[in-house]
Amino acid sequence: MTVVGVTARETGRSFSDRSPVARAYRRYLGRSMLLMLALVIIGAYLLPLLYMATTALQQPGQSTTPGAPIWPAVPQTATYQGQPYPVYAVPMPDGSTRSLMLVDPGRESSTFVDPNDPSQTPIEWQGRWRTLQQAWTFAPLVDNFTTAWTQLNFPLLLRNTFGVAALSTIGAVLSSVLVAYGFARFRFPGKNLLFIILIATIILPFQVTLLPQYIMFTRFGWNGTWLPLIIPHCFANAYNVFLLRQYFLTIPRELDEAAMIDGAGPLRILRSVVAPQSIAAITAVALFHFFFSWNDFFVPLLYLASKPELQTVSIALTSYNTLYATQPTLIQASALMSMAVPIVVFLLAQRAFMRGVVVTGVDK
Amino acid sequence: MSASTQALRPQPAPPRRSWLRPSVREALWGFAFIGIWLVGLVLLTAGPMIASLVLSFTDFNMVRPDDVKFVGLDNWTRMISDPTIATSLIATLKFAVITIPVTMLASLGFAVLLNQPRLPAKGPLRALVYMPMMIPLVASTLVWMGFLNTNTGWLNDILRALGLGGPDWINSTLWVYPALSIMGLWGIGNFMLINIAGLQSVPTELYDAAKIDGAGRWQSFRRVTIPMMSPVLLYNLVIVLIGTFQYFTQAYVMTNGKGDPDNSTLFMNLVLYREGFVFNHMGYAAAIAWLLFVIVLVLTLVLFWFSRKRVYYAGGDR
Repeated sequence: MTVVGVTARETGRSFSDRSPVARAYRRYLGRSMLLMLALVIIGAYLLPLLYMATTALQQPGQSTTPGAPIWPAVPQTATYQGQPYPVYAVPMPDGSTRSLMLVDPGRESSTFVDPNDPSQTPIEWQGRWRTLQQAWTFAPLVDNFTTAWTQLNFPLLLRNTFGVAALSTIGAVLSSVLVAYGFARFRFPGKNLLFIILIATIILPFQVTLLPQYIMFTRFGWNGTWLPLIIPHCFANAYNVFLLRQYFLTIPRELDEAAMIDGAGPLRILRSVVAPQSIAAITAVALFHFFFSWNDFFVPLLYLASKPELQTVSIALTSYNTLYATQPTLIQASALMSMAVPIVVFLLAQRAFMRGVVVTGVDK
Repeated sequence: MSASTQALRPQPAPPRRSWLRPSVREALWGFAFIGIWLVGLVLLTAGPMIASLVLSFTDFNMVRPDDVKFVGLDNWTRMISDPTIATSLIATLKFAVITIPVTMLASLGFAVLLNQPRLPAKGPLRALVYMPMMIPLVASTLVWMGFLNTNTGWLNDILRALGLGGPDWINSTLWVYPALSIMGLWGIGNFMLINIAGLQSVPTELYDAAKIDGAGRWQSFRRVTIPMMSPVLLYNLVIVLIGTFQYFTQAYVMTNGKGDPDNSTLFMNLVLYREGFVFNHMGYAAAIAWLLFVIVLVLTLVLFWFSRKRVYYAGGDR
C-alpha cells in the first residue's frame, strides 16, 4: 500500500497492520484462539461426564466387546429373504469398503448380500469373515435408566434426600442468620474472641467430635432416624455465619436506626430491614447448605445404613455399586440420575453460588 | 395548638421502659442472637472434643456401653505399634504429596486462564469448571472409576491411541494416588473462584510499574501476582491440607471401605471408621481421631509459621 506519510518509525511493520480493520481482526482472532483453548481444556476436564452419558445409554457388555465403538450402538443387522443377518464392513478388491450382510459364512470365502439392494446377485468374497469388522448402528438404550430407577427405588430416595436437605437447610439458614446478625450488629464482651473461635472451627476435623456425638445420638434413640442429619445443623456453622455477617455489615446502620425510631425491636429490625436487604446472601447460604446436605455421605452412612426406607441417594448408590459393579451401564445410569437435580439447580442459580464462595474465601 | 391537631401528628413510639443500661441491653441482645451457636459449640463441639479425649483413655465399646474401663495410655501405645496406623499414615502422606500440588496448580491455572481480560464468556466457562462441585461425591467417584478403568475406560483408550500403555490406575498401589488426584480435580471449583478473586484484587498499577521496569509476562506473574495473592494461596493450602487428611468418601466408595489395593487407599479416616463403627473399638477410634486432629493442627501451625515471611498482607500487619 503506498500512502504518503508513512514514517521511518513504522518500517518493519506493514501499514495494513495498523489499520483499524486489521487490528480488530487480530483481536478477534486472539479472542477466539483463547476461547478455543479454554473450551478444549474444559472439554477434557468434563470428558468423564460424556463417558457417563455414553455408557449409560449403551447395551450391557458393549464396552467389553472387541471392535465396538465408544458411542451407544448395536451390531447392525439386515433382513434377507425374511431372515436377519449381521452386517460387516467388507474391504472390496477395488480398495473400497462396503457394508454387506453375511448370509453364508465359510472358512476361506463367504457369501455377502448388499442390504440396500438384496435383489442383486450375492457377492462371493475371498477371505476369512472372522477378521472382518462388524458394522454398528447408533442405538441409545433408555432401559438402563428405567431399570436403575426401579431397582434403586428412586422416587423414595429422591423424597428422602429432599426431605433431609430441606429440613436441615431451614435449620441452618435460620440459625446462621440469627448468629450472623448478633455478630454484625451488637457489642458484647468477648465478641472478637468468640468470632475467632467461630472461624477456628473451620479447621477442626469433624472426626474429633464424631464418636461422642454418635454415642450421644444413639443414647437419645436417634440412630436410624433423620435427626442426626438435621439437628446438628440447627446451631449455625462458621462458613454460613461468616458469609452472612460480611453481607449484613454492608447494610447501612441508618436503616436500622430509622426502624428503631419507629419502635422496632432487634427481632423486628432483622425481619423487616436486614433480612429483606440480604436476600442474595441468604439464598446463597441456603443453596450451599441444601447441596451440602444433598451430597453428604459420611453422616447418612453412619446413621441410616440399616434403614433402607429412610436412605438418601448417596448411600443407596454405594450399595448399588457393590451389587452391580460389573454392570457399568447401570452404574453410570444411576450416577447420572443422582446428579441431575444438583446440576440443573446449579446451572440455574450459578451466580448466587459463585459469589458466595468468593465472600467466604477472600474477605478474611 | 388544639388537641385535635396534636393527635394527628405522627407520634414517636414511647421508648420501652427498661431498668437496664442501654449497653447492657445491647450485650444481652447480642448474646441472645449468638446463643444458639454457643449452645452448639458447647454441646456439639467443645463437649464432644473433650469427651473423645477422655474416650481415648478407655475401652469403650458400643456393644457393651455400660461396661467401660479406664485403660490409661493403652490405646495410645497400641497406636504407635499398630502397623495399620503406620500404613495409613504413609498412604495419607503419599496421597497428600501428590494431590496438594496438583490441586493448587490446577486451581491457579484455571483461575489464570479464566481471568484473561480478552477471554469471552468468562462467566459460563467458570460455571462449567465449578459445576462438578455440585455432583454427589459418590456419583462422581463412580463416573471416574469407569473413566479410569484399565480396560474399558476412556483415559486408557486415549493413552493407547497415543501409543502409550495406560497404567492399571485404581488397581495399582503406585498409580492409585495419581488416579485419586485426577479425580480430585473435580473439587477445585472453590479454590479456582477464590484464586480468581485474588487475581482481581491485585492493583493494576503494580503491573504497569513492573512493565516499566522491563518485566515480562512470567516475571510480573512471578514477582507481582504471586506475592500479592499469597494470603489467598495460603488460605487455599490450609483448606486443601485439612481436606486431604479428612479424605474418606472417594476411597470408601472405590473399595467399599477395604482400602484396596494392598491397603494403599486405607487412609486414616478409613481406619478410624473401621475401628469405631465396624469393629466397635470406640476408645481406640477416639485416640485415632485425636491423633488426626493433632497432626492437622501441627501442620496448620507449621504452615502459618512458615508463611509469616512469605505471605504479604496488603492491609498491613496481622
